[in-house]
Amino acid sequence: MADVDAIVVGAGPAGACAALALARAGRSVVLLERGPFPGSKNMYGGVVYPRVLDEILPRWWDEAPIQRWVTRRATMIMTPTQALTVDVRAAAWGSAPYNGATAYRPDFDRWLADKAVEAGAQLVCSTTATGLLRDRERVVGVRTDRPDGDLAASIVIACDGVNSFLAKDAGLYPNVDPNNFTLGVKETLALPKDVIDERFGVRANHGVDYEILGCTDGIAGGGFLYTNLDTLAVGVVLSLPGLAAQSRRPEELIASLKAHPAIAPLVDGGELKEFSAHVIPEGGWHAMPKLAMPGLLVAGDAAALCLAAGIWLEGVNMAMGSGLAAARVALAAPPDDAIDRRYRDELGYVLANHRKLRNIPHLVLSERMQARYPTMIANVAEAMFTVTDPVPKAGLNRIVRREAKRAGVRMRDLVRDSWRALRGFG
Amino acid sequence: MNSPAAGGANEWAPVSFSDRMETVVFDVAPDAHIVVDGRKCVDCSTRGCIVACPANLFVPTADGGIVFNYEQCFECGTCYLVCNVEGAITWHYPEGGHGVVFRRS
Repeated sequence: MADVDAIVVGAGPAGACAALALARAGRSVVLLERGPFPGSKNMYGGVVYPRVLDEILPRWWDEAPIQRWVTRRATMIMTPTQALTVDVRAAAWGSAPYNGATAYRPDFDRWLADKAVEAGAQLVCSTTATGLLRDRERVVGVRTDRPDGDLAASIVIACDGVNSFLAKDAGLYPNVDPNNFTLGVKETLALPKDVIDERFGVRANHGVDYEILGCTDGIAGGGFLYTNLDTLAVGVVLSLPGLAAQSRRPEELIASLKAHPAIAPLVDGGELKEFSAHVIPEGGWHAMPKLAMPGLLVAGDAAALCLAAGIWLEGVNMAMGSGLAAARVALAAPPDDAIDRRYRDELGYVLANHRKLRNIPHLVLSERMQARYPTMIANVAEAMFTVTDPVPKAGLNRIVRREAKRAGVRMRDLVRDSWRALRGFG
Repeated sequence: MNSPAAGGANEWAPVSFSDRMETVVFDVAPDAHIVVDGRKCVDCSTRGCIVACPANLFVPTADGGIVFNYEQCFECGTCYLVCNVEGAITWHYPEGGHGVVFRRS
């Protein structure tokens, strides 16, 4: 006998959205959270894109606990002594319905989980789901670490994060390859709001998102710098095998990034308020587990649905979209043999984006993209604008060929990778 | 590479690792959620956990093993993902309500 209609494990963005949608439809839902409050275990780079909330939480922007609306999106390529930035400003992103915002996850996730509670979901914090209950091939509930902590339900939605022990317990991850994961580490640095406004060229509650390539000392990955209201979030994302195979520690790589001539003037004087770390499932389409089995749906990072496709880095919105999709499947209660198919249909943009960009994550993490091209591009840019009088200008064509050779880039590879990127980004 | 270039000098004193970890709130559980069998680490040549653990919790010992302290763990999973030795790391989440408590992450 089921105790409740649905158990949602993990009150992050996937779980909160799943519980919200189920409770709104009148189902009895228990939302389990292992931390003392939703968001307490969660860390990310720093930007959330809540477009998918428009339908279920109209005018969410009036109340969501955000830090700043992102109105500048900068992509920076760097070498130890150079930086080249593409800096996009869009005024539309600074007013409703907005595009993206910086936010602290302990604030944002708690707010979203409260929405599920308002709709009637029962939030149970400080409770770890330790395994699945089964009846033959079917998942019928979860075991928790509370006394008499077995809980039965018609459906379990596992939103238990990147390490999802429930998905592993269910046998949905045939093999876990460290190449599909990165480690994100960040520092939250306090600076007065007016100093941040001035340094980053923004006003009111508008903010900036910097994504940085070439700042990870040869380890595949990247860096980031985001503005909160009166703090900055600065950090690096590092391929796990790449990190494990060398000698520099994560915090040393953040220190190097903060000391870079293009970054130091932005972060100088910032006082460390919190150091944090989290693993990110970056493998995308090719690294996803099986997403469902009778009685069980997997959503968010637990299903490796985080999108890490170079220029597009989106996790929270993919989690929210998958949580909502899982709720729709739970409400439809398809026959056991159709649950996986039905979930894949309901996942809509979440799976469509992953399918379209399926070859990008590993292309972005390749050695040429990580090291050779950034070096070449930065050197070309520097040479273009370095005045060589009395020697006449070399000309762009010659500069490109010279710098390609110096960076060890073969034109053949450059053409092929450009084509791959063009195709891959769809 | 990545040595700071001229002009990139920082205005603040470097933060020691223990001060860095002091910025993080932990509600330490009575029992360890990760157990490391240090004897199995003696023959490991890669030892990725030592450099990769963001909380720097894996410490090599004089006799070639590794000691581990669970108290300031971020619960990220890096260590078991980079570990090459079957059975060296046993990894669970901490008991509900315990472990790391992020506030501005």
